[in-house]
Amino acid sequence: MEELFAKPEIRKPENIVYKKTDLMVDRPLSYCPGCGHGTAHRMLMEVIEEMDITEKTIGVSPVGCSVLAYDFLNIDMLGAAHGRAPALATAIKRMWPNHFVFTYQGDGDLAAIGTAETIHACNRGENITIIFINNGIYGMTGGQMAPTTLPGMRSSTSPYGRDVPTMGHPLKMTELVAHLPGVYYVTRQSVHTPNNVRKTKKAIRKAFELQKENKGLSFIEIVSNCNSGWKMTPVQSNKWMEENMFPFYQLGDIKVDGKLIEVAR
Amino acid sequence: MGELRLMKGNEAVAEAAIRAGCDGYFGYPITPQSEVMEYLMAEKPFERTGMVVLQAESEVAAINMLYGGAGTGKMVMTSSSSPGVSLMQEGISYMAGAELPAVIVNVVRGGPGLGTIQPSQADYFQAVKGGGHGDYKMLVLAPASVQEMCDHVKLGFEKAYEYRTPVMILSDGAIGQMMEKVVLFDQIPRRTDDEIIKQCPWASNGRPKTRNHNIITSLDLDPAGQERVNLKLQAKYKVMEQKEVLYEEIQCEDAEYLFVAFGLSARICQKATDLARAKGIKVGLFRPITLFPFPSIEVSNVGNRVKGILVVEMNAGQMIEDVKLSVGCKIKIEHFGRFGGIIPSPDEVVRALEQKIIGG
Repeated sequence: MEELFAKPEIRKPENIVYKKTDLMVDRPLSYCPGCGHGTAHRMLMEVIEEMDITEKTIGVSPVGCSVLAYDFLNIDMLGAAHGRAPALATAIKRMWPNHFVFTYQGDGDLAAIGTAETIHACNRGENITIIFINNGIYGMTGGQMAPTTLPGMRSSTSPYGRDVPTMGHPLKMTELVAHLPGVYYVTRQSVHTPNNVRKTKKAIRKAFELQKENKGLSFIEIVSNCNSGWKMTPVQSNKWMEENMFPFYQLGDIKVDGKLIEVAR
Repeated sequence: MGELRLMKGNEAVAEAAIRAGCDGYFGYPITPQSEVMEYLMAEKPFERTGMVVLQAESEVAAINMLYGGAGTGKMVMTSSSSPGVSLMQEGISYMAGAELPAVIVNVVRGGPGLGTIQPSQADYFQAVKGGGHGDYKMLVLAPASVQEMCDHVKLGFEKAYEYRTPVMILSDGAIGQMMEKVVLFDQIPRRTDDEIIKQCPWASNGRPKTRNHNIITSLDLDPAGQERVNLKLQAKYKVMEQKEVLYEEIQCEDAEYLFVAFGLSARICQKATDLARAKGIKVGLFRPITLFPFPSIEVSNVGNRVKGILVVEMNAGQMIEDVKLSVGCKIKIEHFGRFGGIIPSPDEVVRALEQKIIGG
């Protein structure tokens, strides 16, 4: 294959059917092989490239596995303190109202330490996009229990499984913010199959289009695997996610055009 | 000469922010400084200059809004009082680490804990020694009048951008609440987005195709890289120590004794100086205006000419450590303080001078 690509008569622009977006920096990702972060990054950057809004986009990365997202995304970025990305994004959007502003946050960052900033940015209806990667665990610090860890699910700080009476229930932050009037579009997606990747990209595109129309806050949860934290192979972790995460964190739109979608949840 | 007005210190801070061309104020209500945001909301700078004013959900959110705004090159300010400023310490550390310019006003009240809403100077250590984690400093200005509350906002923004650093105005509940005449400086136009992009090539405000992406962060996982960050910060603080010291000497020429005091305490000591001199005690007043950088050489120059120094603070003895480090142990240096929101009277300051320094 490699020799084939090397042939100059093959490497012509008209023969290119797919290439990595230039908005992904050409360096190895810090994520574990099999993790969904890389795909989520790429979808986000493809949308920004296709909309040709690099010059008007400001991203905010969190503390967690994606703390170094700014090293991989070739756009202007700010690294926030743990949980505070929506506060940064609020100020950025208020002072650059014609720019596209997004946060990219994990579940510990967004649904535990940053709960207040998340709820209030949503409630003020800031014209930003929040991308929320939910893998039910603290990945970077070594697999501790997250606010989103499922009942009975093992982690390094719930080694016998999450005991709901003593450790509390998993928090469905996405459903929670969907009820706030400032939030215009809420959806839950995944990036573990080509079909789901396409849906996720479509959702991100929709969210950025809504920013242009000043519709309010868009909130996209991406349920993702953490094969390292879950102590599984990537294939096992995706199967486990389908069988355990999706029944609790159901995929699909939750709020569209400012209206809640009525489904049995 | 600018416009003359009778204003509260807190109102002067707010008006000065608008006139300095500030792009955004983010704050959370707390006594005794709530007038800052109240004045701004009533004054509608969003109509006057286009300045954004936003009431945040907490001081934690407010300081991180500052980080966000400053990271895009915008001129931003917050104000709070002691418990709120404690909550901001993490964010201030991040801003120092990421080298972000901003002005943070602390209208200090008595502590510890919820303490009291009355004035105090007990946050000196927190402001001057780096209240958050890590090795950092910020320029700390100590206004002693409503006029200086106004002027220090303008100066603070200038220095914040010159050094890419957070600047703290360390005031107190009395300076914030009291009304005085103030001469307001003329409106400085807010910078346009193009001017900001030109002035702050480091800022993250959208990557044009002509440059690499900008990253605002305080993180460097490589120890050698993080040491370089620290060395750069320390070098910056050294320059500030050499170039940015501000102080005032009052009746120091013939002084046999010396008061050293900042902010409101300096105002009290000014009266105490007059009272003491009327009694025949030759005392002078040295007032540090920048608390970091501390006027070490300057205070030791005066200190070495006198018989004894009384450091007067509305705390249990904080700045006295810097005075002792500067002057040394050759002469008697004592502290007089009231705390918990009590403002000492000039009479008791004179008595303290007589008992602790002259008679002691």
